[in-house]
Amino acid sequence: MSEAPADIEITDPVTITLDGRQVVVQRGALLIDACERNGVYIPRFCYHPRMRPVGMCRMCLVEVDTGRGASLQPSCMLQCSSDMVVDTQSDKTRKAQEGVLEFLLLNHPLDCPVCDRGGECPLQDQTVGYGPGETRFVDEKRHYEKPIAISRTVLLDRERCILCDRCTRFAKEVAGDPLIDFQDRGSRTQVNTFPNQPFASYFSGNTVQICPVGALTAEPYRFKARPWDLEIVESSCTTCSVGCRVTIQSSRNQVLRCLGVDSDPVNWGWLCDKGRYGVEALNAEGRLGVPLGRGRSVKTDDETALEEVSWAGALRTAADAITSALDRRGPEGVAVIGGARLTNEAQYAWVKLLKGVIGTDNLDAQLGDGIPAEIVLGLPLATIDDACRPGSTTVVVSGDPKEELPILYLRLRHAAVQDGVNLIEIGPKAGGLTPYATVAMHPLPGELADLVRAVVGGGAGGAVAGVDPASIERARSLLADTDGEMTLVVGRRSLSEDTGFTADAVSVLVSAYDKVRILPALRRANVLGALTMGMAPGVLPGRVALAAAPDAYSTRWPALPAGRGLDTTGILTAAAEGRIDTLILLGADPLTDFPDRDLAERALAGARNVIAVDQFVNDSVRLAEVVLPAAGFAECAGTTTNIEGRILKLEQSTTPPGTARPDWMIAAELAAELGSDLGLDSVEQIWKEIAELSPSHVDLTWEMLSDPQNRDGLVARGDPLPGSVRFEAPEPTAHRALDSYSLRLVATRKLYDEGTMVGRCRSCAGLAEETALAMNPHDFERLGVEDGGRVTVSSKRGSTVIEARGEAGVPRNSVALVVNAPNFDVGTLIDANDAVNEVRVEALQSVAGETGSEGGS
Amino acid sequence: MPRLTPENVRRAKEIISRYPRPRSALIPLLHLAQEQDGWLTEDAMEDVAELVGVTPAQVIGTASFYEMFKMEPVGRYVINVCTNISCLLLGGETLLQHAEATLGIKPGSTTEDGLFTLEDVECVAACTEAPCLQVNYRYFYRVTNDDFDRILADLRDGDLSRDIPEHGILSRVPQRIPTGKVANITPPEDQRVPVWIERAAPDKAAAGGDEA
Amino acid sequence: MSGGPRIVSARWEIDDAWKLSRYLETGGYAGLRSALDMTPHEVHEEVRSATLLGRGGAGFPAGVKWGFCPPDVWPRYLVVNGDESEPGTYKDRILMERDPHQLIEGALICAYATGIAQVFLYVRGEMALAQERVASALNEAYEAGYIGRRILGTDFSVDVVMHWGAGAYIVGEETALIESLEGDRGMPRLKPPFFPAAKGLYMKPTIVNNVETLSNLPWILEHGSEAYTTIGSESSPGTRLFAISGHVERPGVHEVPQGVTTFRDLIYGDEYCGGIRKGHELKMFIPGGGSAPWFFPEHLDLPLEGKVVGGAGSMLGSGAIVVMDETTDAVSACWRLMRFFSRESCGECTPCREGTNWLETILRRILDGQGRPDDIDLLLDIGDNISPGPYPGPGWGAENPEPVPFPPQQTTICPLGPSAVAPLTSAIRRFRDEFEAKIAQGAAVSV
Repeated sequence: MSEAPADIEITDPVTITLDGRQVVVQRGALLIDACERNGVYIPRFCYHPRMRPVGMCRMCLVEVDTGRGASLQPSCMLQCSSDMVVDTQSDKTRKAQEGVLEFLLLNHPLDCPVCDRGGECPLQDQTVGYGPGETRFVDEKRHYEKPIAISRTVLLDRERCILCDRCTRFAKEVAGDPLIDFQDRGSRTQVNTFPNQPFASYFSGNTVQICPVGALTAEPYRFKARPWDLEIVESSCTTCSVGCRVTIQSSRNQVLRCLGVDSDPVNWGWLCDKGRYGVEALNAEGRLGVPLGRGRSVKTDDETALEEVSWAGALRTAADAITSALDRRGPEGVAVIGGARLTNEAQYAWVKLLKGVIGTDNLDAQLGDGIPAEIVLGLPLATIDDACRPGSTTVVVSGDPKEELPILYLRLRHAAVQDGVNLIEIGPKAGGLTPYATVAMHPLPGELADLVRAVVGGGAGGAVAGVDPASIERARSLLADTDGEMTLVVGRRSLSEDTGFTADAVSVLVSAYDKVRILPALRRANVLGALTMGMAPGVLPGRVALAAAPDAYSTRWPALPAGRGLDTTGILTAAAEGRIDTLILLGADPLTDFPDRDLAERALAGARNVIAVDQFVNDSVRLAEVVLPAAGFAECAGTTTNIEGRILKLEQSTTPPGTARPDWMIAAELAAELGSDLGLDSVEQIWKEIAELSPSHVDLTWEMLSDPQNRDGLVARGDPLPGSVRFEAPEPTAHRALDSYSLRLVATRKLYDEGTMVGRCRSCAGLAEETALAMNPHDFERLGVEDGGRVTVSSKRGSTVIEARGEAGVPRNSVALVVNAPNFDVGTLIDANDAVNEVRVEALQSVAGETGSEGGS
Repeated sequence: MPRLTPENVRRAKEIISRYPRPRSALIPLLHLAQEQDGWLTEDAMEDVAELVGVTPAQVIGTASFYEMFKMEPVGRYVINVCTNISCLLLGGETLLQHAEATLGIKPGSTTEDGLFTLEDVECVAACTEAPCLQVNYRYFYRVTNDDFDRILADLRDGDLSRDIPEHGILSRVPQRIPTGKVANITPPEDQRVPVWIERAAPDKAAAGGDEA
Repeated sequence: MSGGPRIVSARWEIDDAWKLSRYLETGGYAGLRSALDMTPHEVHEEVRSATLLGRGGAGFPAGVKWGFCPPDVWPRYLVVNGDESEPGTYKDRILMERDPHQLIEGALICAYATGIAQVFLYVRGEMALAQERVASALNEAYEAGYIGRRILGTDFSVDVVMHWGAGAYIVGEETALIESLEGDRGMPRLKPPFFPAAKGLYMKPTIVNNVETLSNLPWILEHGSEAYTTIGSESSPGTRLFAISGHVERPGVHEVPQGVTTFRDLIYGDEYCGGIRKGHELKMFIPGGGSAPWFFPEHLDLPLEGKVVGGAGSMLGSGAIVVMDETTDAVSACWRLMRFFSRESCGECTPCREGTNWLETILRRILDGQGRPDDIDLLLDIGDNISPGPYPGPGWGAENPEPVPFPPQQTTICPLGPSAVAPLTSAIRRFRDEFEAKIAQGAAVSV
C-alpha cells in the first residue's frame, strides 16, 4: 500500500539542495516527505505520513548541513528550512543506513519463505536496496514464542518485530485504544498486551497493514496467498457509508483481503475491522447463488418450504405478486423497504421500476432507524473535511460515529485531539466521542430539542434537567464564536426515541446559525445514494420533491406516483393492517433492524406476499414467497455515495456465486416480466441516465468518475436546488408527561451486533457483546438495584430479566440497552409509535445460592 | 488476588492530587501497590490504571520498563549486590559469588523460604564505599564476605527490622502538603503567568527568555 | 575532605543538618531571603553572572539554560534531576540525604527567578533514605512557610513535590526524566523539537537542573556571584564535587575548586585520596563517569576544567573519577561497562538497542575464550555505526595519538549509545594488544 505523503500546495517556499540539485519545498515540511515529493525516496520503517514521527528506527538518517556542518539527521523529524544541504547518497549516509539495517537484521529471523509479508515486506525490500551484503553476526538470535494471538484476528511474532512503534503508536494516537504497548526495556523490549486483555480495537487490522515486517499478521489471511499471486482492484468499502477507499485482493475468484488506501478526503488509509474483514461474508455459508421459492404460492412459516427455483419461475412469481397487488389495490398495494445496500445505479433502476413503472411511492431505504430524509436532502451537506476543519466547531447531534461509522469517528477524534476542533456532543448518553468533546451534553430522551433551544439562547430559560448549565453556557459561547459556520453531524443515537426531536433540534440550529451544513451519520452503505435517488417517500432522483416533479420525469418515465407514500413505519403499520399486498424487501431485515419487533412481526404476517432480494436468508427473508439472489460487494461494478454525497467508484473483483446477479439487472428483468422496458442495460448507461435526469448529478460524467485522478470520488452537488425536497421545521413532537416511577429507555447500536453480515463474517462473528441494562449509579439506591444485580425491565410491550450495570454516562432517570445484542432484543420493548419509550425496573429478590426467581412482579 | 486496600486507595488519591495530570502519579502508585503486596499483581496494576485513567497495557508498559517493579513475588528482602565498575574493582564480583554460594541461588531468583532475592545490579551511587550492596534499597558499605554473612544472620533474626522494612517499602516518610498551603496545583492549561512575575512584568527578560 | 572552600558540602559533617531547625541555625534559607528581596530578573542575572555550570554531565551554564524558556509561555516547570546513576558517580545522593533543605532552597530560588508553577524533585527510586530525608524536609518547609502559598509572606507561591523513580539509568537523561515524570516509559525525546525549555513536561517550558547545580544557588544568592567567581577558574568558577573510587588508598567524595585542581591532586594528594593503593601503579582512569573515554597516566596533570578535559578527548561529566591500577583487565572492565549500557539502553532506537547488546555479546564471547580475530575491527565498526567518527581511520593506532572525538557524532536519539562506544574505543585504542592476546588465548584453549 502506498504510504506516499499527500500532495501539498507550496505556500511558503524555501530552496534546499537535494543531492546536488536545487529544489523548492514547503518550509517546515518534513524532509523525508519533501525528498519523496521530489523523487528521492529515503528508506524508513517507523515513519508513516499519517502518524506523528518518532525518529526511532533511524533508517531515514541522511547527511544534512543546516549551516553548522554536515551531520546525520533523521529526515522524518527534520523540518525543511532554507539553504539546507541534503545528501542522501553520501558515504556517511550509506554507511549509516547499512549499519541500521544490519542492526535490525541481527535478531530478525530468516523465515521469509513462510512469512505472509514475504514479497511485500519493507524490511526485505529495503535490505535489497540499502542493506549490507552479508551478516557479521555469529551469535544467538533473540527468541520468543511465535506467534501469539493478541486479538481474534491479529497474530504477533515478536521475533520478527523491529520495534518501530507503528502499531503501538497507531493504537494510542490514531485509534485511541492503547491496548498494546512496549514492554520491558532495551534489547528485550517487546510489543504486547496486558495479560488476558486482548487488543480489542475496532481498528486492529490497520496495525497489520502498517507493520513494516511480518510481526503482525492477520489470522484470516494467514498462509492464504503470496502477494504476487493476488489480483488487485481499487474500490470503496460499502460496510458503512463513510466510503473508505480499499483495494480488494483476490485469487482464484475469491476475495482474500481488503487493504485501506490513503484517500485524503476520506479514510487516510485506515479501515475498521468490520469493513476490512466484511468481505468474508461473500464466501460465507448460506450465501445465495440461486433463487428460492415455494412450490405453492401459499405463504408459510415453514422454512423448509423454501426451495431452489429457476430465475424465470422466481421472476414470474414476483411479477404475479406485484400484478395481483396492483389489481387489488392499485400502486399503493405495493411497498418496498430497503435498498441502502445497493449501488447508485441499482437504486436508480429500482426507483424507476417502483415509482416510474409500478407507480408506488411506498418506498423507504431506512428501516425506521435513521433520520428524516428531509434533513439529508433539504439542507446543504458537509464534507468530512468540513467537519474536521482545524479550529472549527462541529456539533454531533445524536449520532455515535464510533459504533456506526468508525472511520468518521477516527477523523473526528483526530480533529478534536490534534487539530483543535471543538466538538459539541449531544446525545442521550455518553458515546465514543464523549471523551474528546469540548462539551458533551446528555439530555433525557424527549428533551433533545429543549436542550438545543437552551443552547442557542431561547426556551427553557437555559436549564434542562440533568444537563450542567455550565455546559450549556460553554456550548453557547463556542457556537457564538463560529460566525454561524458549522457542521452538524446528525445521526440516530437511540432507536427508542422519535426522530421528531432530532428534526426539531436541527431546525433550531439551522434557524439560529446561517451557514449550517449537515453531515449525516447514517450507517448503511449507500443510504445517501438511496435517499438521493428517491428511495424515500415523496422523493425522486436528484433530491427532487415528488410534488414538484419536473417535466423530465413525466416524459422519460412511464408513470409517476399519484402522491406521497409511506415511510417504513407507515408501510409496516399498513401491512400489519392488511393494506399492503406485496411487500418487497430489498436487502432488508425489518424483524432484526426495525426498532419495534412487534410491529415488524405483525407487518410480515399481514402482507399477502413478501418478495426478497438478498444475499442471505435472514429472519425476514425466511418469510418470503420468493427470494432473488443478488450480487454482493466486489461482485458488481457501479458507484456508491458516501455520507458527504461523494460519488465513489466500485469495481468488480470476483463473479457472484451461482446465478446471483446485480440488483439493477433484477429490477430490469422484473420490469420486463411486468411488461415494461426500463431501458437500462449497463451500469455506465444507467449512470448516463442519472446524470441527465438528476439535478444533483448533472455535472458528473462517467468519464470523470472513471478518471484515476478522481479516485477519491467526486462530491455531488450538496446544496438544495429549486425543486428539491425541503426541510421544514417540524411541529414539536408531543410526548406525554412521564410518571416518576418510569425510566426513559435509550436503545443504542454497537458496531458488532447480531446482524446478518456481522454474523456471516468469520472474524467479526461472536464479537457482539451481551447487553446489560446500563443505568446511572446514582439511580441504584432509589430503585433498590445493585451494580451487577439482576432486574426485571418491563415496558408496555414486554418484559425481561437482565443484569443491571452502572454507567456514569447514562443520564439519571433513564436506562440504556444495546440493540440487536445476542442475549436480548430490545425491539421487544419498543413501540415505534411512542415518541419516548419508558420502562420500569425492579430488582429481583435474589436469595443466595438460588438463581433469580421472578420476584418483585 | 490482592487489590489496593481502601487505605491505599486514599493514599493513591492523595498522591494523584499533587500532580497536574493524574498519569504523572503512575510510578509512585505502582510503588504503593508494591509496598502493599511486595510485588505488582495484575489486579493492582488494573486498579492503578483506573486511578490514573490509562489502560492496563499502558501501566504494564511503564512498569516493565523499570528495574524495581517486580512482576512476580520476590523475597521479603531483596539483596542488590553492585558489580558495576567501582565495585568490580574492589571485589564486587567476589562478593556476588559469595552471596550466590551462601544463599544457594543465582541472581534473579529467590530462596525457597521466600526470605531472600538476590540481584546483580548496576551502580547504586556508593562508589567510594565499594563494594556495596543494598537490602530493600538500604545501603551496606565496604562489604566483606563476613559482613555479608552477618547481614544475612541479622536479617534472619529480625535484628535489622527497624532499619529495613519489608520489600516494597521505600520512603517511610510520606510527603504531606498541609491543606491550605497548596500554592497552585492545577492542570497546565489552567495556569496563568505567576503573580510575582507579573508584578515585575515590565521587565521583559524576567518574564521571558533570551534568544535560544 | 580537604580544607578548601566548602559551598555545597558545608553541612556534611553535621548529623542532623537535614532537619529544618539545624539548617536554619547554620544559615539556611538566607539565600532565598536575599533572592526575594530582588526582582526575579535580578536573581536570574546573578546566577547568569556566576557562570554556574551544570553538574549533571553536560556542563551547560544554568543561567543560560533558564533563559531558553520562551517568553510569555506559561506555565513553566522545574524538574530537579536527582536520578544519579552514572557509574562511578556519588554526590547527589549525599546532598539529598545530608542537606535536603539546601537543595530545596536552590530549587525555590530558581522557581522565583524564572516563574515556575511547580517544582518536581525527582529522586532516584533506589535511594530510600534520600527519599525519606527529602520528604521530611519538604514537610517541614511547607509547615514553616518556605514552600507553598505566599512563601515568607511574599506573593511568591510555588509547590514542591517529591517524585521518585523505579530504576532506569536512562531516566537521568532530561527528556527521559520528563517522560518518566509523565508516568511513561523513560524513553528520551528527540531534540529537536523537544527541547525541555520549550516543550518539556506536559509540552510546557521546563527547566531540568541537577541536584548539585541547584545546591549551589543558596550560597550564590547569599554571597553574590562575584564572590563565587573568585573560586575556581574563570571559565569554570566555583567548586565541584568529585567522587574518586577504585584503586586509590582512600576513596572519597571531595569538594574542590574547579579548573585549578588537577587529577593528580585528587588522586595522589594527601588531603584527598592518597595515591594508588600500596604496591600498585596507575593503569588508567575514568575522568567523568562510565560514559567518558578513558584517561591514562599522561593525563594526570590536566586541570578539572570541562573545556580542557574535553579538548583532551574525554569529559568531566558527572564528577566521577574511577581509578584503575595495573591489575585491572581492560577487556573485563570494558565488558562490565558495556553490560551496563546494554542493560540500560531504553530500546527506543535501533543502533543503541541492537548495537550495545551486540557489543556486549562479542566482549563476553572474547572473555569466554570464543573470540575471533575479526572481533576487534568488528567492535570498532559497530561502534562507528552507533557513533560515527574519524576512527579507526587509516594508520589509526597507538602511535597516532589524535584525541578520541568527544562529544561524539551519533546515529541515535540520545547519547547513551555513543556513551557505550566511547570507553570501548578508547580502551581498544590503548590496549589493542590486550584484546588480541585475549582472543589468541581463547583460540589456543579451544584448539
